[in-house]
Amino acid sequence: MYEGVVQNLIDELGLLPGVGPKSAQRIAFHLLSADPADVKRLAHALLEVKEKVRFCRVCGNVAAEEECRICRDQRRDPHVICVVEESKDVVAIEKTREFRGRYHVLGGAISPIDGVGPDDLRVRELMARLADGEVTELILATDPNLEGEATATYLARLVKPMGLKVTRLASGLPVGGDLEYADEVTLGRAFEGRRLLDV
Amino acid sequence: MSLYRDEGVVLRTHKLGEADRIITILTRRTGKVRAVAKGVRKTKSRFGARLEPFTHVDVQFHTGRSLDMVTQCETIRPYGEPLVSDYPRYTAGTAMLETADRLTLGEKEPALRQFLLLVGGLRTLVDGSHEPRLVLDAFFLRSLAVAGYAPALSECARCGAEAVRAFAIVAGGVVCGNCRPSGAAVPAAETIALMIALLRGDWEAADASEARNRVECSGLVAAYLQWHLEHGIRSLKHVERGVAPSEFR
Ligand SMILES: [Zn+2]
Ligand SMILES: [Zn+2]
Repeated sequence: MYEGVVQNLIDELGLLPGVGPKSAQRIAFHLLSADPADVKRLAHALLEVKEKVRFCRVCGNVAAEEECRICRDQRRDPHVICVVEESKDVVAIEKTREFRGRYHVLGGAISPIDGVGPDDLRVRELMARLADGEVTELILATDPNLEGEATATYLARLVKPMGLKVTRLASGLPVGGDLEYADEVTLGRAFEGRRLLDV
Repeated sequence: MSLYRDEGVVLRTHKLGEADRIITILTRRTGKVRAVAKGVRKTKSRFGARLEPFTHVDVQFHTGRSLDMVTQCETIRPYGEPLVSDYPRYTAGTAMLETADRLTLGEKEPALRQFLLLVGGLRTLVDGSHEPRLVLDAFFLRSLAVAGYAPALSECARCGAEAVRAFAIVAGGVVCGNCRPSGAAVPAAETIALMIALLRGDWEAADASEARNRVECSGLVAAYLQWHLEHGIRSLKHVERGVAPSEFR
């Protein structure tokens, strides 16, 4: 245990994803010995991201304005929506350059054991976007793991009465992984080979 | 440093660091084990989907100082794959996993009967021959019985009298008119009969039950289960009654 403020910093860093107690300690001592200007820049970046970045009111992606860059882009196909769990999945799919439609970011996956049900995700918002009939295809690109599959099953069943074409990314993607770890080639192929989802 | 091998059902997983997971697994011989699976979240992982919840696996562990490590793993039966395409069955299955996890308190304390119940419950859920909610309630009742909390269903839980009138969770099951605490539920006799059938595994009687008795039974069983566990089963409120009972007549 260290003096109050140092331990405080270690504790805060330790709350970050992927940072264990050892790493938290290492980062804290790096910051202690770093140039004050560098640390100020980091602190500023942290505050700025909370102040300026928000979530797109249409799709839920991170955005610098009311609507994200993709939703504002008139060249994107408004008839196709690709549903993903997180904003970082949008980034991963954008890198493939396979997809020219719009996105919908759910904010996670259905996970009953963690107490996360459909009402805790942006499912209602998705249904609202589908209501006017402009969207004709829904691509379910949730993670190729159990929770992602269950979420896709739930959504496919939910939108079934709307008569949309519902597809799921093909599993060139190994089951059990996180979408963000797939390489561009694999992810791109998965897009090409997406299949109709019939439940 | 030692290696041991067992078979088990993966109950749940937690992310650890960048690409690892902590796997909670209910094994046949060792009981509940928490172990690290290295690199499992990477798409090139050799474990792939084998360490996802619901999978019945044959695993080799390496004993560690705090947590053990999964060194090898083969699938015996992937229950998750068929469950995940049927939302009501999937949600019933998650409630089973959570309950098995919560009822096996200690790690590495053998829990063979709970393990067998879980495997049997998942198999029944997947084969689709009974309504998922009935399968779940049967699993709850039998798991409670294995844990020593079987509800009294034919004689008064307090005095043993045979003429029972109400169901009182605090008393431990059905109670007679004299022993009945205030606020005890008064379920239909058919509902109590359904609970008895589920506890015994009498599927013929259970499948023939009426929808309203199933609803009442589910409510009582859920309340009884949650009362015996310190806090609620989180998956329970997401369990769907997806299929009309008439389809299972
Ligand atoms: Zn947007
Ligand atoms: Zn009595």
